[in-house]
Amino acid sequence: MAKWFQRIKKGIETSTSEKKEPPDGLWTKCPKCKKLILTKDLRENNFVCDKCNYHFRINSAEYFQILFDEDHSRELFGNIYPVDILGFKDIKTYEERLQEAQKKTGLADAIRVGAGKVNGFDLVIACMDFDFIGGSMGSVVGEKIARSVDYCVEHRIPLLIISKSGGARMMESAFSLMQMAKTAAKLTQLAEARIPYFSLMTDPTTGGVTASFAMLGDINMAEPGALIGFAGPRVIKETIKKDLPEGFQTAEFLLEHGFLDFIVDRKELKTRISELLLLFSK
Amino acid sequence: MQFLDFEQPVAELYEQLEKVKQAGEKSKVDVSATVKEIEEKIRQKRLEITQQLTSWQRVQLSRHPNRPYTLAYIERMCRHFIELHGDRKVKDDKAMVGGFGDIANRTIMFIGHQKGVNTRMRQLRNFGMANPEGYRKALRLMKLAEKFNKPIVTLIDTPGAFPGLEAEERGQAEAIARNLYEMVLLKVPVICIVIGEGASGGALGIGVGDRIYMLENTWYSVISPESCSSILWRSWDYKEQAAEQLKLTAAHMKSFHLIDDIIPEPLGGAHVNPDEMAETLKGWILKAIDELEPIPPEERIRQRIEKFSRMGVFREVE
Ligand SMILES: [Zn+2]
Repeated sequence: MAKWFQRIKKGIETSTSEKKEPPDGLWTKCPKCKKLILTKDLRENNFVCDKCNYHFRINSAEYFQILFDEDHSRELFGNIYPVDILGFKDIKTYEERLQEAQKKTGLADAIRVGAGKVNGFDLVIACMDFDFIGGSMGSVVGEKIARSVDYCVEHRIPLLIISKSGGARMMESAFSLMQMAKTAAKLTQLAEARIPYFSLMTDPTTGGVTASFAMLGDINMAEPGALIGFAGPRVIKETIKKDLPEGFQTAEFLLEHGFLDFIVDRKELKTRISELLLLFSK
Repeated sequence: MQFLDFEQPVAELYEQLEKVKQAGEKSKVDVSATVKEIEEKIRQKRLEITQQLTSWQRVQLSRHPNRPYTLAYIERMCRHFIELHGDRKVKDDKAMVGGFGDIANRTIMFIGHQKGVNTRMRQLRNFGMANPEGYRKALRLMKLAEKFNKPIVTLIDTPGAFPGLEAEERGQAEAIARNLYEMVLLKVPVICIVIGEGASGGALGIGVGDRIYMLENTWYSVISPESCSSILWRSWDYKEQAAEQLKLTAAHMKSFHLIDDIIPEPLGGAHVNPDEMAETLKGWILKAIDELEPIPPEERIRQRIEKFSRMGVFREVE
């Protein structure tokens, strides 16, 4: 446990020092309302702007820290790494892209799985990392979700998947496409065992991830303002040759059209999840 | 017949053939020997071209303007076919067709993407790009087949699910996700065959089954070569390379164990002889049904889950 927690801590250090802080390391500008926020305050506020409620994109380490009770969690399946099965090369090789992403993030691939307690309730959380090749889904993401399902069935623990992804990973071509079917197939086993699956969609959740496990939750929820869709807004714009309406493909738009159970603020996330766990356990 | 750029040598031979036939008719001279000779040349040329096809050329063949689409196969294979319409929620999606048909005295539910054969029909069929209604219609028909214990055959041929405004409003992602999930649990045999383009989630949305086949000149990938080129190379000009890198041909897919088998096409492609193609297809469908029907439904579902669970390559370190 201790070792993993340190790695999470380090993850936070890395991402905040490299990404969210301006050169002086003290202030972060909100991309929505442009307010300058003390980085320390931002972290204490779960990376949510206190002025406009903008939810900053955060990584698995940060979600684990927000959700899991302290000293009660451990990483699962951390030993699974991606392989350049196709020998894929565009302007770079996939091998190079993988190495760069691993170096930049300190992660094996675009998802991590943790098992622990949330306000005392057991929960397995599989959380995607957008910084790793756009949170794209390849074989590793599919396999870790598959094993999470097996683990949850074996130990009878509910599953939460936090999605944050541009979709399937092109460099694994049909292998990544088939992860959509693979994750859907595994979720039928979770359902068969009558174990709840909660899906949290965060900014952004698009493509093959939305069109597979993200939309298949017993409970579908999202963070405020998150972009959620199948096709990306740019592609749709090019197809219909019109500007997209304000708020199109936001979490609020999806709630209105009936595809989400509710939207949850990050500061209420832990409480809401443990409420769900309580209600499902009775 | 229309000819693709790499089919040009064959086109010239066809022209010759036409001329000889016409000359023969005019002059009443027996030209059958010459005709035979040219036909043999065409065969040789087709063979030569086929042996050297690049991945991109296979993509081109999968989109050949004369290539048969779903309904063309159903018409040729079935004695009776009743097309069924609508998702019972919003509308009838013309890019997805389905209905009960019979081959060899057995009733089968056929479902497939449908492209149009001329400009007007192409628009009506939305170029084979289904909206959520199409996927929901497909699922409705699959459930109908399940209720009456009829096997399901899906014919996949799409450049992708439609990326439109209404498609998003009505939940394109949810519709596809729901199909993946529900297809896993269908209690009847499900056979999925890529007959043309197998692009992304739009293809997979009717692509989960007990047997997955691809016709010889088709492709299956997470993204079209053109879109892949535009995203990764930041230009539309690298579609040939993208096609090569995506390893999207039937032979690649078979070698990766992502499909079960490759259904051979007539020499030159399905468009050269649609009747022969339909006859071959029929044989494969019947064989698959014969193999699958004796398996108890629970076992078939278990094997289906197992099949897709095995897909993926990764490294496990200790
Ligand atoms: Zn703000």
